[in-house]
Amino acid sequence: MSRDDYFRKIQAVLDDALGVDEDEVTPNASLTADLGAESIDFLDIVFRLEKTFDFKISQGELFPENLSENPEWVSDGKLTDSGLTMLKERMSHVDFTEIENGDRELSKLADSITVTSLVNFVENKLGGG
Amino acid sequence: MKWLWIDCIIEHEPDHRLVATKHISLDEDHLQHYTQDGLTIMPFTLLIEGMAQTAGILVGSTSGFKEKVILAKIAKATIDCDVTVGDTVRFNAILERVDDAGAATTGTIDRRIEGGDAWERIGTVELMFSHIDNNLAGTEFPEHNFVFSDNFKTILETAGLADLVEE
Repeated sequence: MSRDDYFRKIQAVLDDALGVDEDEVTPNASLTADLGAESIDFLDIVFRLEKTFDFKISQGELFPENLSENPEWVSDGKLTDSGLTMLKERMSHVDFTEIENGDRELSKLADSITVTSLVNFVENKLGGG
Repeated sequence: MKWLWIDCIIEHEPDHRLVATKHISLDEDHLQHYTQDGLTIMPFTLLIEGMAQTAGILVGSTSGFKEKVILAKIAKATIDCDVTVGDTVRFNAILERVDDAGAATTGTIDRRIEGGDAWERIGTVELMFSHIDNNLAGTEFPEHNFVFSDNFKTILETAGLADLVEE
């Protein structure tokens, strides 16, 4: 299966999970900022990706979770250097450049997750990346 | 569950499926405000709530009702026609996926065809539930399980399923 195939299937997943039109699901669209995803939608997306691609996704594997519980990763609501390093290591499917070069607010972290992040994740998971 | 929108559980396949029914009665005061073409109806929102309770019990049963299971999202709902006083509806909930954070269910709503034992499909509903003690925001809730309260236990006892509740 090619990246284009993954992209088209992910378009359909996001159409179902978020009620958006497929033409809104562009590669650079942020799941939260552009497509309006809320926290429960992330769980919905995880379940639908599992079903679509026939693999299991462990908790915290696709989307970052519970970061604020670790003071080494988050301090005063902002990601620390150590937190960013950890995220880059564990979540190579997400491009954290914008938040790294910005104010590093944890509340904006979810905006970094784009449709391309999902395509990367699926490609890595299925051994194509 | 303060108000119940199902009368009884008629089938349960552990960790997979739960089926419940409800009879719509003219004696239900809350329905008096909902009429269509002169007939008192059960509004779609309450039909969805009936499905949510059926599916919520199914999800709760997978953890012995220790988790606080909250309806978090109506992913999709299609209901094709009104249900009126005198009708019986059947909620058939299927567990698609459950993990520490929550669960996804699909389900169908059927209406008994008047004068017989046959059923007709009138709707489909997809729901998401959250296990709120494991919510992403880390918000803390009271320790006791306020979701599955006493009247819900009565429904389980009536169906012979009281042993699903782990103390």
